[in-house]
Amino acid sequence: MSEHIVSPKIYVAIFLALLVCTTLTVWAAFQNFGKFNIVIALAIATVKAALVVLYFMHARYSPKRTQLVIVCSVFWLAIMLALTLTDYDTRAHEGRLTPANTCYRA
Amino acid sequence: MHRTGELYGQFQTLEQQKETATLGMWIFLVTEVLFFGGLFLTYTINRSTFSTAFGIGSNTLDITLGAGNTVVLIMSSLTMAMAVWSAQVGKKKLVSIFLMATLGLGTVFLGVKAVEYKQKFDHHLVPGRSFDMKYHPTHPLPGDDPKELALEKKEVAEAFAHDPDINAHGQLYFSLYFGMTGLHALHMIVGAGLLLWLIKGSFAGRFTPQYNTPVEIVGLYWHFVDIVWIFLFPLLYLIDRHR
Repeated sequence: MSEHIVSPKIYVAIFLALLVCTTLTVWAAFQNFGKFNIVIALAIATVKAALVVLYFMHARYSPKRTQLVIVCSVFWLAIMLALTLTDYDTRAHEGRLTPANTCYRA
Repeated sequence: MHRTGELYGQFQTLEQQKETATLGMWIFLVTEVLFFGGLFLTYTINRSTFSTAFGIGSNTLDITLGAGNTVVLIMSSLTMAMAVWSAQVGKKKLVSIFLMATLGLGTVFLGVKAVEYKQKFDHHLVPGRSFDMKYHPTHPLPGDDPKELALEKKEVAEAFAHDPDINAHGQLYFSLYFGMTGLHALHMIVGAGLLLWLIKGSFAGRFTPQYNTPVEIVGLYWHFVDIVWIFLFPLLYLIDRHR
């Protein structure tokens, strides 16, 4: 079979990179970057996810059609997130979440 | 169905069969991405609307347990990837060993999660009648750090001044916390079941360099569950630590 076998060295390197990213994200959470805290946290998480997909899940060595499916999932997710968030962000009061009186109260 | 060894009749080669199975698994994972994506979206919208309550809720989570669990899960992804490698190069004993290591680490993760859930019940932070974010600071448990408790008390008091309905909004945070981590844990339990099935197969010597599709496919699933946690951890545990 002509399948690509990823060597354990690469797996261990990715594992170490993921550990470094985890340490980095915990450290960054305690620094005050203002509104950029969330951006930094999500950026690090995205890098980690990309490493897992590319190497642990072999996306880098997969056929083109498999890669297309992966890109599609990110694409549809982006549509869902972007359109819903812009909707909530720009709609006037009737689109806001109702405050407490409709919530279940303790 | 016509079958020659591990090769089913509709495929010409084992490689084609494996690529097909992998593609199918990825399509399933796409639906999972959108499924969890919807929850992340709900979380984001509520988080930006009720940021005070979500911040307080997030800060009650134990960051040591959360970060520790992240490391455990990443390690389990490594052992899973190594199980795939062992099968590809024909080291049958190593396949079993790495699969069992993955199952062990997954179980550790779930155990830690159970400890965290128990803590939330003890602190009256489970949505429902007894939910009260003021409860824990005024009813310390043995073993609580008085310094941290004083800090929590101050934070909660400030939050109540800022948002008097914080007990209602806090329940939104904890509903999403239990919903998202619960669904993630459910995926882990399913993964553990699949690993048991793989371990059984590996003891029978089923996985060889020619045929290791089940290991590869369950591996994809396991890594996906890892990725969900990679996003859950910063969003649930880390969003409001910098205050």
